[in-house]
Amino acid sequence: MTRQPFRRDGHRGETLRFRFDGRDYEGYRGDTLASALLANGVRAVATSVRLGRPRGVFAAWTEEPNALVQIEHPFPEPMLQATTVELYDGLVARGLPGKGRLSGEADPARHDGVYAHCDVLVVGAGPAGLSAALSAAGSGARVVLADDRPVPGGSLPDTAETVDGLPGAEWAAAALAELDGHPEVRVLARTGVLGYYDDNYLVAVERRGERASSRERLWRIRARRVVLATGAHERSVAFAGNDRPGVMLASAARAYVNRYGVLPGRRAVVFTANDSAYAAARDLTAAGVEVAAVVDVRRGGGRSWDGSEVLAGHLVTGVDGQDGVSSVTVSPDPRGGLAGDREIEADLLLVSGGWNPVVHLFGQAGGRLRYDERLGALLPAATRQAVEVAGAARGLSTLGRCLADGAAAGARAAEAAGFRAGRRSAARAEDVAAALAEHVWLVPAADYRGHFVDLQRDVTVADVMRATRAGLRSVEHVKRYTTAGTAHDQGKTSGLLTSGVVAHLLEVDVAELGTTTFRAPYVPVSFATLAGRDRGALHDPVRVTPLHGWHVARGALFENVGQWKRPRYYPRAGEDMRAAVLRECAAVRRGAGAMDVSTLGKIDLQGPDAAELLDRLYTAMMSTLPVGAIRYGVMCQPDGTVFDDGTVTRLAEDRFLATTTTGNAAAVLDWMEEWLQTEWPSLRVYCTSVTEQWATVALAGPGSRAVLAGLAPGLAVDGESFPFMTWREARVAGIEARVCRISFSGELAYEINVSAWDGLALWEAVQGSGAVTPYGTETMHVLRAEKGYPIVGQDTDGTVTPADLGLGWVLSGKKADYVGKRSHARPGDLRPDRKHLVGLLPDDPDRLLPEGAHLVATARLPEPPVPALGHVTSSYRSAALGRTFALALVSGGRERVGDRLYVPVGAEQVPVTVTRHVLYDPEGARRDG
Amino acid sequence: MMGERPSPPARFEPVADGDLRIAEVSFLTQVNLRLDPGDPAAGDIGRALGVPLPTEPGTYGSADVDVLWLGPDEWLIVGEPGRERDLETRLRTAAGTGHVAVTDVSAQRTTLLVAGPKARDLLAHGCALDLHPRVFGPGRCAQTMLARAQVLLVARDGDEFLVLVRPSFAGYLVAWLLDAAAEHLSGQPG
Repeated sequence: MTRQPFRRDGHRGETLRFRFDGRDYEGYRGDTLASALLANGVRAVATSVRLGRPRGVFAAWTEEPNALVQIEHPFPEPMLQATTVELYDGLVARGLPGKGRLSGEADPARHDGVYAHCDVLVVGAGPAGLSAALSAAGSGARVVLADDRPVPGGSLPDTAETVDGLPGAEWAAAALAELDGHPEVRVLARTGVLGYYDDNYLVAVERRGERASSRERLWRIRARRVVLATGAHERSVAFAGNDRPGVMLASAARAYVNRYGVLPGRRAVVFTANDSAYAAARDLTAAGVEVAAVVDVRRGGGRSWDGSEVLAGHLVTGVDGQDGVSSVTVSPDPRGGLAGDREIEADLLLVSGGWNPVVHLFGQAGGRLRYDERLGALLPAATRQAVEVAGAARGLSTLGRCLADGAAAGARAAEAAGFRAGRRSAARAEDVAAALAEHVWLVPAADYRGHFVDLQRDVTVADVMRATRAGLRSVEHVKRYTTAGTAHDQGKTSGLLTSGVVAHLLEVDVAELGTTTFRAPYVPVSFATLAGRDRGALHDPVRVTPLHGWHVARGALFENVGQWKRPRYYPRAGEDMRAAVLRECAAVRRGAGAMDVSTLGKIDLQGPDAAELLDRLYTAMMSTLPVGAIRYGVMCQPDGTVFDDGTVTRLAEDRFLATTTTGNAAAVLDWMEEWLQTEWPSLRVYCTSVTEQWATVALAGPGSRAVLAGLAPGLAVDGESFPFMTWREARVAGIEARVCRISFSGELAYEINVSAWDGLALWEAVQGSGAVTPYGTETMHVLRAEKGYPIVGQDTDGTVTPADLGLGWVLSGKKADYVGKRSHARPGDLRPDRKHLVGLLPDDPDRLLPEGAHLVATARLPEPPVPALGHVTSSYRSAALGRTFALALVSGGRERVGDRLYVPVGAEQVPVTVTRHVLYDPEGARRDG
Repeated sequence: MMGERPSPPARFEPVADGDLRIAEVSFLTQVNLRLDPGDPAAGDIGRALGVPLPTEPGTYGSADVDVLWLGPDEWLIVGEPGRERDLETRLRTAAGTGHVAVTDVSAQRTTLLVAGPKARDLLAHGCALDLHPRVFGPGRCAQTMLARAQVLLVARDGDEFLVLVRPSFAGYLVAWLLDAAAEHLSGQPG
């Protein structure tokens, strides 16, 4: 015998054990957590978010507003709907007071994503969706059928209706089997479409479970045509006590008895405004639930009911029972002139206020909706997307019509996608004529504080009234004022009800008001699923140079520069960063050091107009550069601010190599292409990125000439043969190389470029010379700062011109124009109080200023607003200077050399002296070794 | 002096499952070519290569080298390892005085082979393009994103794809591919 007291007679299955709110229960495979709880007689499942009222299962699928649970085991997951959680053995869950909590533990599960493309995407595998998929599949079109349930059929297992003479669920299973036989059809079960974006791009989440390779999978689907067969949701009515556990949508109760074999109660009252609830009443009766009365707001009642008493022209005006319905108060509609309340004992109250076609996705896609007075619902109207809406989603209410409509929509979609749909007769079902429905939004009362509109957000008619009395007229405003429709369920059961109540209160038509905007996600989706595989080590690409393995092996610590990992310094045993960097700096200034500078951007420019392009983009004159020579260059934005800097090497009369900063490699190439393609298409020049074609080793320091001479015996390295800012081809360590004599440290230095394939061999040969210290970006930063060389993006911030940086010498006066030139002549660019790059020496030679700190003129901070003169852009300890120093952008800084300024650090005013920005070897004596 | 060149990016154990193969194809010759396809040099270059420069976007032609369309005035010529010099010379000679950019970019990308009946499923985890054989069959190529890396994707016969990727991204991309491939290997949960 089953230990599940509310299990329907004869319903059997594989027993699963689970725990809810600390108590052990049994359920069957195929149950949801909600159906298993109902089978065990658990009525109050959660408490409401604002008022703390007990709440029970209200619906049977994704429209559930009440039954929110926290899964504790096998994985922690906050805020799931008990109605959509498939029961499994060992499940541990708790009911939630409206809000879940994120687990503190790392989630070991994988989440991933897949891109899919199809000719026809069918959303929903109910009667209309299956029919659509079958007719589209027959055409040979690529079809994706996405359905959020574990088994196909949509409402068919809920209603137990018959299709083509078969029980609906069997017909659906057969249809699915047929679809699986089509090689170009992909059926995605447990896959809820949550977003519908432009150009028929839809996003869906597949719940794959714990044993799959990923727990959840995000499908990104691009479809030529879409068929939305998303069905309809039943809606409630606002009456007193409509939130009690035991108040349930009539269709949900029908699903519990038919699909899950669960009795949601023993004795029921049905409250309806349409005929569909009569079918529910019939099915409940057949399952052994006593239907005490059908309360029908329509004076004529419904058709074809041979069960218990029908109270036509009546309303439910009250519900008794704290943790569950114990009795229902029924009153005649005051408009009918009758009087006399009745109290009917019942533990279950089924409600049907009508049906809302599920137009959420259609609305998300920009489709317009129109209110249909007869149906009392919003129906899809005009759309700009290639989409068909079929079945109940466009207001059809009978099974036979939905089947035929789906088949026609599937065929139309396939044909619109360029396929010929075969002739296939739609599946058939017997349709029963129904009496006209009425649309009732709320039951009139003196006190509306117990008439709930949005069960999840605890919004009542009284709250809506407060909004309308405050003067709000738009349902969008009422939504934001009351929060109705903003919960996890996105207002599936409350959205139109809110509109209906607002319309009632304002005495206008619902059609005038419309409804709130539909936005993704239609079903809740976790951030982990959206992130997919982009987590942990794969969160963002880590870019490395060909020498990376060597750096790692030598214990380098790395700096992130964009996506690149660059060695920051190479600590020896016992060294911290300060010691290591001072040692590396001293090694370069006194002997020789080597650095991996392969990350610098490199662009190969070829064509007769290459020199002209460079003249226009760089501030300096590049066309006069002789073949074999190199020039430093700065690029500006049209507003005259510094965009990037680097060197330009003339390889041949019509061929140059331009280098960029590491972070701007792609941006500079795009910049060149943009000017060429949009402004100067007549220039004959092609730009090709060669950033990763070359590995580059910087060799710097007074000892570098000897090291190079040793590695490149065929190269004349003396200063006369190989002067500053020239390049030579040579074999270095036996490797073909282009050696450039340029320096970013002020020392005699070379940059040796070889094929990236040979980069490691070159580097090892350089290190093998025994006289070279490897150094990282931190040392490079110190060395260049001692020389006052700015770093674009560190010492500049998008407001800084070359002149501000003391680079006036790179601004060619001879050229007619270059990008930024006109801006450099603006009065604002010539103001004496512009911020100049200057050096700072703290009075205390051991005091390291924080980068970003501000500068003020006075030893005591004045009352705010404090006039700030500028800020520290770079700050280091210098081995060469034997002290700390900084670079700063300071208003009128060049006129302040020698002045004392102050850097507020916490409560302290740190005194500093302004110097020129070149602090080391200002005469440039060390450049030639 | 020169030892064996280190295979730049990946250094991973190739995958050779029944339905999926992933391996690195190192050191292919790659030469970037830019010119106006209307320039008479385009015809001469096509004759020198033995295959006309493809002008249909997203396609490539093959002779003893593959000529991949990268853009309206850009192609990548891919050949066996060690042919950089020969190819550069051939192209420059054929181009004559035409306005042409020929750039050796052999080390600019490394190549991963992704092949087998599951290759499309694997790539679909990270590539937004439609890779169905009706759409992206042999003869097709595209510059696109695979996961978060820019790649040049080439469809060849027999469910074979070449994925050309910057070597700096290759470590990331291989790690991503191996992670995504797990479910497609035999004996693994799907």
